[in-house]
Amino acid sequence: MTPAFALGDNVVISPRDQPGHVRTPCYLRGRRGRIIQVCGAFPDPELLAQGTLGIPYRVLYRVAFALYAVWPDYAGAPSDDLIADLYEHWLESEEKHP
Amino acid sequence: MSGIDAHDNADHDHTDHGPTPLEREPDPAIALQEMALRELLIEKGIFTADDIRRAMEAMEARSPAMGARVVARAWSDQAFKTALLTHGNSAVATFGVSMGVAELTVVENTPEVHNVIVCTLCSCYPRALLGIPPSWYKSKSYRSRVVRDPRGVLAEFGTTLPPGMKVRVHDSTADLRFLVLPRRPAGTDGWYADALASLVTRDCLIGVAMARAPDTTAL
Repeated sequence: MTPAFALGDNVVISPRDQPGHVRTPCYLRGRRGRIIQVCGAFPDPELLAQGTLGIPYRVLYRVAFALYAVWPDYAGAPSDDLIADLYEHWLESEEKHP
Repeated sequence: MSGIDAHDNADHDHTDHGPTPLEREPDPAIALQEMALRELLIEKGIFTADDIRRAMEAMEARSPAMGARVVARAWSDQAFKTALLTHGNSAVATFGVSMGVAELTVVENTPEVHNVIVCTLCSCYPRALLGIPPSWYKSKSYRSRVVRDPRGVLAEFGTTLPPGMKVRVHDSTADLRFLVLPRRPAGTDGWYADALASLVTRDCLIGVAMARAPDTTAL
């Protein structure tokens, strides 16, 4: 399974609303982040939760977000950040979001 | 005369409140399903009630002491530390710890970066290394606030970070499980692994505290 994104790529988290066992936290949807690790393919948790084998597998990435970009009124240090583990079908290329 | 009779309700009454609710009480329908499935599997001889009891006992016997041993080894063995930071599962397997299907990711605290772990969606936690998570780790308060104001939440735990130190929050949303490798306290040069492990508490492995400083008065 070839990852669509690479280390250092900037991505935008899909802002879509989707019911079910979704592992993409709402507070990160629509936010911009950067890939810091490509973790390999895992069963899709949204499909696993429906009692299937989670096929197709999804590439998992660790994505870093500046906290001031997640929370516009963030009062900590500008370098503070957050890393979440997100599956490929929730990531969009930043080129789609000029 | 029983102790209950001696309880005269002088400072409070029992009429206007029920028991304190747990944040997440088990769903009665799911509890019933679990009971039905368990009884059926026992009846069919798939496993025994004692098998279940032993499995629960083993799960609950896991404790942060294992995480502390792993950290103590990383502090005193550079090759092990490198392995732990790059291939967590195989590094902890040398301690007999199996992470199952999850991938252990160890994040190292340095003078520049402080790491803290949360699972905002539920309560993902490296149980094989740390045992059962503390109730605050599963609370909505911790889960919602540590991603919003990590420095404020850390200060509530007594951990105040200098403004120049970066805070990095790890939201454990998927198949990885996180362990913080705390900074080794000063004044511990030459310490044996058991003594080092005694400085490593559960909370510093989650990242809400630092490893304990050595008790210099005892030396």
